[in-house]
Order: sequence, then structure tokens, then C-alpha cells
Amino acid sequence: MMGYEATLAFVLLVSLTFYALMGGADFGAGVWHLLARGSSRRDQHRLIGDALGPIWEVNHVWLILIVTILFTAFPKAYVQISITLHIPLTLLVIGIVLRGSAFAFRHYDVKDDEIHVRWDQLFAISSLISPLLLGVIIGAMTVGHFPVNSESFFQGYVSPWIQTFPLILGIFTLSLFAYLAATYLLLETNNAQLQEIFRKRAIIAGLVVGFLEEAVLILGKSGAPQLWGELQYSLWGACLQLGVGGFAIAAVWFLLTRRYWWARTCAILQVTMTIWAWGIAQFPYLVPPDLTVFNAAAPEITLQFITAALFLGALLLFPSLFYLFRIFKGGQKAQHE
Amino acid sequence: MSNLLAARSLMAMALGFHIIFAIVGMAMPLLMVLAEWRWLRTKEEVYLIIAKRWAKGTAIFFAIGAVTGTVLSFQLGLLWPRFMEWAGPIIGPAFAIEGFAFFTEAIFLGIYLYGWQKVSPRAHLAAGGVVVISGIVSGVVVVMANGWMNTPTGFTLLNGLPSNIDPIAALLNPSGLLQAPHMILAAFAAAGFAVAGIHAFLLLRQQGNVFHQAAFTIALTVGCVSAILQPLSGDFLAKRVADFQPLKLAVFEGQVHTEKGAPFRIGGIWNSEQEAFDYVLEIPYALSLMLHLDPQGEVQGLKDFAKENWPPIGIVRTAFQIMVLIGLIMMSLALWAAWLAFKKRNVFESKTFLKAMVLATPLGFIATEAGWVATEVGRQPWVIVGYLKTAEAVTPMPGVIIPFIFFAGLYTFLTCIVIWLMWRHVLASPTQLDMMRNVKEAKQA
Ligand code: HDD
Ligand code: HEM
Ligand code: HEM
Repeated sequence: MMGYEATLAFVLLVSLTFYALMGGADFGAGVWHLLARGSSRRDQHRLIGDALGPIWEVNHVWLILIVTILFTAFPKAYVQISITLHIPLTLLVIGIVLRGSAFAFRHYDVKDDEIHVRWDQLFAISSLISPLLLGVIIGAMTVGHFPVNSESFFQGYVSPWIQTFPLILGIFTLSLFAYLAATYLLLETNNAQLQEIFRKRAIIAGLVVGFLEEAVLILGKSGAPQLWGELQYSLWGACLQLGVGGFAIAAVWFLLTRRYWWARTCAILQVTMTIWAWGIAQFPYLVPPDLTVFNAAAPEITLQFITAALFLGALLLFPSLFYLFRIFKGGQKAQHE
Repeated sequence: MSNLLAARSLMAMALGFHIIFAIVGMAMPLLMVLAEWRWLRTKEEVYLIIAKRWAKGTAIFFAIGAVTGTVLSFQLGLLWPRFMEWAGPIIGPAFAIEGFAFFTEAIFLGIYLYGWQKVSPRAHLAAGGVVVISGIVSGVVVVMANGWMNTPTGFTLLNGLPSNIDPIAALLNPSGLLQAPHMILAAFAAAGFAVAGIHAFLLLRQQGNVFHQAAFTIALTVGCVSAILQPLSGDFLAKRVADFQPLKLAVFEGQVHTEKGAPFRIGGIWNSEQEAFDYVLEIPYALSLMLHLDPQGEVQGLKDFAKENWPPIGIVRTAFQIMVLIGLIMMSLALWAAWLAFKKRNVFESKTFLKAMVLATPLGFIATEAGWVATEVGRQPWVIVGYLKTAEAVTPMPGVIIPFIFFAGLYTFLTCIVIWLMWRHVLASPTQLDMMRNVKEAKQA
């Protein structure tokens, strides 16, 4: 039986996975919006808008859940992260505000005219900001060693995240989300031309992801030695790495052979295992070397209470989510299976 | 501007902005569901068109509500880390419940907005119902968390830190239990009056447009029922404030010295040198009567309390008075509407009434902002009354003025865009002729 601390850390990891797989892909779709070229540009935009419309707000709530669990169950860590990473967190929410507002302005307006191009641009550009910063924040938490009572502003609030490892993790996160989005969009359309476009993009993105994944690992050796050690010198670390690599190759293979449903499944598994490899290697630290899920935890009663709330909430949430996705995402998938 | 002041201003701005969207996000689904329900009952297409029109506008507000709410959940930690460290384990579980309410709200709103063709009419209506309920739940829970800051319960203090935590007792704190219904009523009153006001304006320009008549009637009904209950709930709440935060109540009511048989004071300007209010109008014994149901009841004055714990008096009292004044105006309008409905059997014939409603469009929002300023500034210098001062809770990071300026710009920009979009929305509302065409199209579809 896992203790409450470990259980809640696990729930955090699961929520982060859902956020990446769902909310992350919505940001990734924004990247493809920005990169849309060629004669089918408008169709690409429409595809992206239609795919996001009914679900992006739901997907976004995963992030809110993560923040909530963090400040309820691990208040000391939330506080330290909020103080030290004030700047990237603020930039992250600015990206979120701009992306969401621009999407709403564009899609829920009563008229359809020129100004919509502007909202589209704002939507696409702001979709870049948040994944980048999310990666930077997670990277900074991985490197850890947050300064206490630092002397200068730079030391206290800037240098913990302006470092190679967090920055490369930011770029990696962005590419991961774009990759996911491309494999999803393939299954959202029946138009062969669009599928061909997103197939190519998915393949390229898949290769970029693979390359960056290696870069992250190599930089991790000096940047986040604790993470690197866990991944390199443990059996499960090796297994997870093999799994990630295997699914990555499989996904590209299925893309090349046009088996999209399989490609998407492999991409999902690849991303999931990537996040879990990070999570397991990071455990039990929230911010090494001082804050762990054990010493940052709230009193037992709070942990019990929130675990119960999460359990009951999940009973409500998953059937509802299933219903939503069946209504809006059911049709296309069936045709491709 | 000091760091503390910048943080307070940023928090106040972010909350004051979010609340507008939260109100609309809470109340509009009810109006839409009522319109759709009328459609299912009467089969008159006009109601369906109203529901669809409202849904489009609401979606914008909802999206902005969601993103600005996200800003808040980060800002609680970014600006007030010591507060969150203290309060997180105690009221955090409330936010977890709210999180799931957000999930169901967003899920079923997605179905509501995009599912007209995809689910049966009943399932569609039910989805709207779930949006209404989860919106109310999230509003209630977050306000209860705020109530805890006013009347902290559910823990004991051990060596300066909270222990023996009881999250349920914290959630069911005395202030929160009465603040929550007052806030929910405020949301329905404000949104109901605002929507009714817009349709009243269009009705004055296009007499006899059935679209606006029907929309006006639905919005007015919701607004009026709430506006009549609102002062009642405010009265209960004021009694609770008198019990638990007597200093705050003294500031609300302009009670400087403790006195038996206290009068109700209207107006007045705080003179900080003399420590008295100038130019007040007094209604003898009324305050004692209201609070204690006894004309000789004793009301504590603010001089009974240490001066260092006084909130900014002028702002708090002015804000409170604005809220109460508006509450009385809105109640009078609601009674007028009830009288018209009873006497004339319809509420949109009287031009004077329509004009009054147009003027009342923003009142509910102003009252809500004023009420929150009274509550939150009236809580100063405490962030958790009696336990933690705002100044101790603020982030150590210097330069909060920069995000403050940035967010001020961002929110001003968003405000302008939303107003402009709503203006387009109103201009695009169907004329009588369109209505007939739309009805035909809707029948064919
Ligand atoms: C449409 C909006 C609206 C209207 C018409 C009123 N109020 Fe209100 N009031 C609010 C909207 C509001 C609010 C913004 O929603 C507050 C802020 C905190 C809260 O829970 O509700 C509030 C707070 C609030 C408080 C402070 C609670 C505290 O500090 O803990 C009191 C005593 C009252 N109200 C009393 C009244 C009375 C006596 C009213 C009528 C005549 C009245 N309100 C009308
Ligand atoms: C949405 C409606 C709300 C509005 C308009 C509002 C308004 C304000 C204002 C004006 C301040 C600044 C007070 C000052 O420093 O003088 C403030 C502070 C604050 N509010 Fe609220 N508030 C709202 C709801 C809430 C809720 C629901 C919570 C928490 C659950 C909350 C938590 C805080 C905190 C933590 C501060 C900062 C500390 C402080 O200044 O005491 N507020 N709010
Ligand atoms: C009196 C105060 C408040 C009320 C009545 C209120 C109500 C609501 C409602 C009804 C929504 C649903 C979205 C919408 O309708 O636009 C919402 C969204 C949200 N609120 Fe607030 N809120 C309040 C204050 C706060 C505070 C203090 C926080 C932060 C801690 C917060 C966090 C959020 C978040 C994160 C969302 C987004 C949920 C989503 O994605 O659907 N709210 N709020």
C-alpha cells in the first residue's frame, strides 16, 4: 500500500500526463496553425479550429487540477516554486490567457471578417509560449537547488531557470506537443490532402523529438545529474528508455505505412513513457535536493481528504470525459480502425 | 509603489476582472437553459434562437473566465506564498472540489455549445443543466474559501502554525455559509439585469420584436427574483459580520463610538484628523433595530479597536454604501416589474420601465465589485483575520510593479475587445423580419 504522499505524487504525474496528452496537443495544434502553408492553408486552419473547439477548455482544467493538488498536498513545494520561478510562471499564464482569449474571439464571434486573421495569428503565436515555459519550469524543478535568501535578483529569480537544461527541455516540450498534435489531426479529417500534409509533419516532428530527447539526456548528465543517474544506472530506467525508443520508431514506421490509428497510439505511449521516466527518476523529489513529496507534504488529514475528493471526483470525471470524447471524437476514429 | 501595494493592486485587479466573467459564466447557462426549456415546452422557435444566440456570447465570457481564473490560481502562490503555505492544507481541499466542478462545467459546456446536432434535445437540455449546477458549485466553494479568510475555523494554533486541521469545518465557516448564497444571488441579479437591459434597449428601438420580448422576459424574471432576495440575504450577512468582525461592521456602518440605540447613517465623508464622519444623514435607532431587532441594542464602534487594525475606512464604507444603494434600487425595479406583470400582464409595454431598465444595465456588476471591495479591503490589514497579516504573506520577489503594469495593459486590452465583440453581437441580433426567416430555416433544419 502506497502512503498518501506517494499516491498523491502519482496522481500528480497522471494529471501531468493527461495535461500533456490533451492540453499539450491543443498547444501543439497552435504550432501547426502557425506553420500552415500552401493552398490548403485555410483548410488546415479550419481543421485545427474544429478539432479544438469542444474540448480545449476541458483539457485545460488538468493544469488547474495540478496546481490545486500541488498547493493542497505539497504547500511547501508550491510556495518555493512560486517564489523562485515567479517569472516563467507569470509568462506561462500570460501565454495561456492570450491563447484562450484569441481562440474564443476567433471562434465565438457572430461575424466572420478580416479581424479574425489577427486573432488566428495571436492564437498561433501564443501557443508557442506556454509549452516552452512549461518545459522550462519542469526543467528548473529537475535541476533544483533553488537558492534560499539569495543575494541578487538574478541569482534568486533568474538563474534557476535560465540554464541550458531547462531551456532545452522547453524546446523539447514544444516539439513533443507539436508531434502529438500532428498525429491526432491525422485522424480528425477524411481529406486525403490534409492527411498527407500532417503525415509529413508528424514524421518530421517525430524525428525532431527523437533527436531532442537524446540532447536532453546528454545535457542532463551535467545539468541534472540526479535524473541522469536514475535513468542510466537502474534497470527500470533502461527499460523505460528502451520503451520510449521502441514506440518512437514504431510511430514513425506506422506513419510511413499510413496506419494512423496505430501511429497515434504509439505516439501517445511514447509521450506517456517519456513523462513517466522523468517522474520516476525525479521521485521522491519535487525540487532536489531539499523538497521531497514527504517533507513538503501537508498534514495527514489534508492528504486523506484530498485523496478522497480526488477519488470521488474521478468517478464523476471519467464517465463525463468518455461521453464528451465519444460525442466529438468518436466518428473519425471508427472509420480508420 | 511598494511591493506590497503592487501585489495587492495586482490581486485586486485580477479578481475584479475575473468576477465579471465568472458571474456571466454562472448565470447565463441558467438563462439559456430556461429559453431552451421554453422551446421544448412551447415549440416556438424564437426560444431556440434565443438560446443559441446567448450561447455564442456566453462562450466568449466563459473562455475568458477560465483563463483569468487560471491566472488567479497561480497568482495566489506567486503573490501570497506565505498565505498559501498557511492556508493551502486547510482550504486547499475546497479548491480540489472546485477543480472537479470546473471539469464537469467545461465538459458539458462543450457538449452544449457544439452538440446541438449531435445529441437529443433532452440530452442537450440536461447538459445545460449540468453546466448550471457545476457553475453554482464552483462559485459556492470558492466563496466559502474566501469566507474562511474572514472567519477562519477548522484548526488550532500550535507554536504559531495551524494543526488539528479539519477541512470540512474550515469549508463550512460562518462567513462563507452566508457569503455564498449572497454571491450566487448577486450573479443572477447582475447578469439578469444586464441582459434584460440590453434587450430593453433594443426593444425601445424595435417595438414589438418578439425575439427581444421573449429574451427580456426570461432575463428579467431571473434578475428580479434574485434582486428581491438579495437585500434579505445581505441583511443576514450583515448580522454575521456584526457577530464575527465587529470592527468591519463598524466601518461599513460608520459607527465611530460604541453606542446603544445606534442610528443608521447614510452618506458621510471620513475625516481622518477628527476621526469622525462629516455630512452624515442619520435615521435614529435604525441600525440597532436592524442588527439586534431592538432599538436600544448596542453597536460597537471602531474606536474600541486598536488603530493599527483599522482597514482603510473611506474606501470600505463608500463601497459598502454603493452596494446597498444599488441593492435597494434593483429591488425597487424588481417590485415595479412584479407590479407590471400583475397589473398589465406583460412587462415590455411600459416605455418608462424599459428606459429605467436600460439605465440599470451595469448596476449589478457595479454592486458586485463594490461588495467585494467592501469585503476584501474591509478585511485589511489581515489576510487571514486574526492570524496572518497581508504584509507578512507577500512574496519576497521585488518588482511586482512590472507584472502589475503588464496585466493592467493585458486586461484593458481584453476588456476593449470583449465590449467591442458584444457590441457586434447586439448589432447582429435579429430584426422582426430576420426572425420570420430564421424561424423558417430552423423549421427546415
Ligand atoms: C448584485 C450585487 C449585490 C447587491 C445588490 C448587494 N450585494 Fe452585498 N455583496 C455582494 C453583492 C451585492 C457581493 C459582491 O457578492 C459580496 C462581496 C462578498 C460576498 O460574499 O458578496 C457582498 C458582500 C456583502 C457584505 C459583506 C460580507 C463580509 O464582509 O463578509 C454585506 C454585509 C452585504 N453584502 C450586505 C448587503 C446588503 C444589506 C445589500 C442590500 C441592500 C446588499 N448587500 C446588496
Ligand atoms: C472575485 C471576487 C473578488 C474580488 C473582486 C476580490 C477583491 C479583492 C481586493 C480588492 C483585494 C485587495 C484588498 C487590499 O489589499 O486592500 C483582494 C485581496 C485578496 N483576495 Fe479577494 N476578492 C474576490 C474574491 C476572493 C476569493 C474568492 C479569494 C480566495 C479564495 C480571495 C483571496 C484574496 C487574497 C488572498 C487577497 C490578497 C491578500 C489581501 O489583500 O488581503 N478573494 N481581493
Ligand atoms: C467570488 C469569487 C469567484 C467566483 C464566484 C468564481 C466563479 C467562477 C466560475 C463560475 C467559473 C467558471 C468559468 C466561467 O464561468 O467563466 C470560474 C472559473 C475559474 N475560476 Fe473563478 N470564481 C471566483 C474566484 C476565483 C478565485 C479566487 C480563483 C483562484 C484561486 C478562481 C479560479 C478559477 C479558475 C482556475 C477557473 C477556470 C476554470 C475552467 O477552466 O473552467 N476563481 N470561476
